[in-house]
Amino acid sequence: MKACEIRGLEKSFGRNHVLRGIDLDLDSGEVVVLMGANGAGKSTLVKILCGFQGANAGTMTLEGQPFDPADAADAIARGVVTVHQSIDDGVIPDLDVATNLMLNRLTEHGASLLVRDRALRVAARKVADNMGLDLDVRARVSDLSVADRQMIAIARAMAYDPKVLILDEPTSSLSASEAERLFALLDRLREQGVAILYISHRMSDIRRIADRIVCMRDGKISGVFDQAPLDYDGAVTAMLGHRMTDVNIDVASGGSAILEVERVMLDGSDTPVSFSAHDGEVVAITGLLGSGKSQLADMIFGQKPVKTGQLRIDGQPYAPASAGQAVAAGVFMSSKDRSTNAVIPDFDIANNMTLPFLGSFSRLSLLSKRKQRGAATDMIKQIGVKCQSDQDGIGTLSGGNQQKVMIGRWLLEDSRVLLLDEPFQGVDIGARRDIGRHIRATAKGRATLVFAAELDEALEIADRIIVLHEGAIVGTHENSNIDLDALIAQVSGAKDAQTQAN
Amino acid sequence: MNNEKILNFAIRFGFLILLMGLVLYFSLSASGFASPRSAAFILQSVAITGILALGVTCTLVVDGFDLSIGSVATTSLMLSAYAMVILEMSAFSAVMLCLFMGAVVGLINGLLIVKFKVPDLLATLGMMFLLIGLQRIPTQGNSIATGMKLPDGSVAEGAFSQAFLWLGRHRFDMVVERLVPVPVVIFLITALAIWVFLELTRHGRLMYAIGSNERAAALVGANVNRYKIAAYMISGVTASIGGILLAARLGRGDIASGNNLLLDSVAAALIGFAVLGAARPNAFGTAVGALFVGILLQGLTMMNAPYYTQDFVKGAVLVIALVFTFYLSAKRGSGGKT
Repeated sequence: MKACEIRGLEKSFGRNHVLRGIDLDLDSGEVVVLMGANGAGKSTLVKILCGFQGANAGTMTLEGQPFDPADAADAIARGVVTVHQSIDDGVIPDLDVATNLMLNRLTEHGASLLVRDRALRVAARKVADNMGLDLDVRARVSDLSVADRQMIAIARAMAYDPKVLILDEPTSSLSASEAERLFALLDRLREQGVAILYISHRMSDIRRIADRIVCMRDGKISGVFDQAPLDYDGAVTAMLGHRMTDVNIDVASGGSAILEVERVMLDGSDTPVSFSAHDGEVVAITGLLGSGKSQLADMIFGQKPVKTGQLRIDGQPYAPASAGQAVAAGVFMSSKDRSTNAVIPDFDIANNMTLPFLGSFSRLSLLSKRKQRGAATDMIKQIGVKCQSDQDGIGTLSGGNQQKVMIGRWLLEDSRVLLLDEPFQGVDIGARRDIGRHIRATAKGRATLVFAAELDEALEIADRIIVLHEGAIVGTHENSNIDLDALIAQVSGAKDAQTQAN
Repeated sequence: MNNEKILNFAIRFGFLILLMGLVLYFSLSASGFASPRSAAFILQSVAITGILALGVTCTLVVDGFDLSIGSVATTSLMLSAYAMVILEMSAFSAVMLCLFMGAVVGLINGLLIVKFKVPDLLATLGMMFLLIGLQRIPTQGNSIATGMKLPDGSVAEGAFSQAFLWLGRHRFDMVVERLVPVPVVIFLITALAIWVFLELTRHGRLMYAIGSNERAAALVGANVNRYKIAAYMISGVTASIGGILLAARLGRGDIASGNNLLLDSVAAALIGFAVLGAARPNAFGTAVGALFVGILLQGLTMMNAPYYTQDFVKGAVLVIALVFTFYLSAKRGSGGKT
């Protein structure tokens, strides 16, 4: 039975077309997994479904009735309930489990003025039993584990008796055994006839739970897989795409080893990670969300401790405890999510760019504006930032140009190791090419590590591609005549893909 | 386009023009307002709150807030009196003791916020309470003056030294004889020093970066915790300077003075957001904000406005300045210079 039918859905923000005609069916008693890289339009689709945003074109129906929610409350009342990625959006941590489970009862029209705790707890226990949750309903939610909180968020969603339940990356902070509890709960809901839209990158989740896989790329559905057995590699290909790019890389084998990663253990894995990056070489580290990419980057930049194994730079042991120590050792990192981790919104371009090296632009701590502006203007020219002058506010630039400033920041001084974590996030293709070209042109004298989930990006910039899967290296490829099928199989973690195309 | 220019101009210079308009209006309508004596009087009336406001500006820059400045100032007032009158210390050691006390309080504030993760408002509120109580304990809640009876029955022999009183009462010759009081000079020097520190040094720039996006500042290698603690220590030291000057002016350890210091100085710092359209804490704006309040009150007083309307006037100015800052600047969007 069709629970929800979406036809020709379109959405634009200004000139940016985020959704370009989405057709999607959700059937009762079925789990549809929605896959898509960052910026593919998944979250916009979810926001339209749950009433946060309106569509520009297209129709939605819910059980045959036209569905066009006025706001989030309307969507919930109609039976489309969403559990968002950030768990604490779904629960109220300072209240007990019973109150959390029964919260909608308190806001109901005609609810009595006085809260009767005893009755509340009885009702809450019934809800919990229905869902197979074994919890003390008196416990405070903030004292519970992440997994339990996630369960409560879902249980709360179930209290609305939804026809369609949307789960946005529900396992992103759960361990494998905790995730299994979640899946058992989802199995139960599936039997009860709920249509579930499940958004995730984790292949292990998808293998476990999916009845159908729908892939999105660039605002369109790029693949639907519903024939058992599901074609997981095909789904990853459809999600990441590899329209073999027209950028040609002259692969450099690099000079002496600069950064050596030796038997470092990443979370959720019992296989240590070892590799080295050489002078003048650009190494791309790729893998899905949760593969350990970010963790590795954080370790090399002193944001997370290296518990087992060690790092070496130029043969010397290297164990930074903070970003400051890493920078002092010549290890620079351009972080992902620039708006939270990199941009100083109050500053202009020149000050944003020179921020890490203010010491070099000052004498006796007094800043030389002339020097700052000179260096910024040079870098703006080199890397091609489109702006009026170096004194434009950073907020006036487009995403791609902001990212150029953030990367230019770390090219002002010479580094031994340059880490670029998702350098092409929210960057248009033109800016991406500019950045890639500049990184490769300046690669001599340092080792460059690029952490990127999208294969296109890795293929465009790297001499060598290392594939991580669940905290272990599953493949290493020289970037010439790569066997893409093998690469994708490794990214998706297919067990039979142990071929190492060297 | 033209509208936008006018709006920009209004945001940038509106407050300064308003200030000049006020000066002009009072000069014409209140005889004696436009004189060196009255100017010196205005400066003197705002010197101490101005110094405190400059300190709180530093904490605002790192996106913090120091509610304890008023009580640090009164503690410094009582401590200097206690040191000289009861412990019979010299002026120099009394001043040093007070500055040290201010730095230690700032350090504790900073550690509470940075290491113990207490929210800034709560940590400094707690410290304020603690200091208000602490300063009363040694004297059993009494004011301190030469000749007072001590708990053990003896009489306090010490006195405020002349050198100490000089800090509060001496006036330098300028245009007119004995015109500019020492506190005004110290206020101007502090303002200049804080301005140079915040605007021209790399440390100041990093503090602004921390206030704007703490995580990004940490990821370029700035020692965020150390800068935050430094901001609270600056705030503590400037507040203790304010207290010393107040003690030197009063000549006694008056338990009841300094009640308004916190609100007045915070108001000055917040009014400063609106000056030159900065929309953020800045030393120049803070100094102008303090002056603005002083000029307004002096003018109104000379036009025979009763004293009890003063707080109302200050509050009105603050609200208008905040609208300037947050409403108009938000309309302009995020295009500003540093």
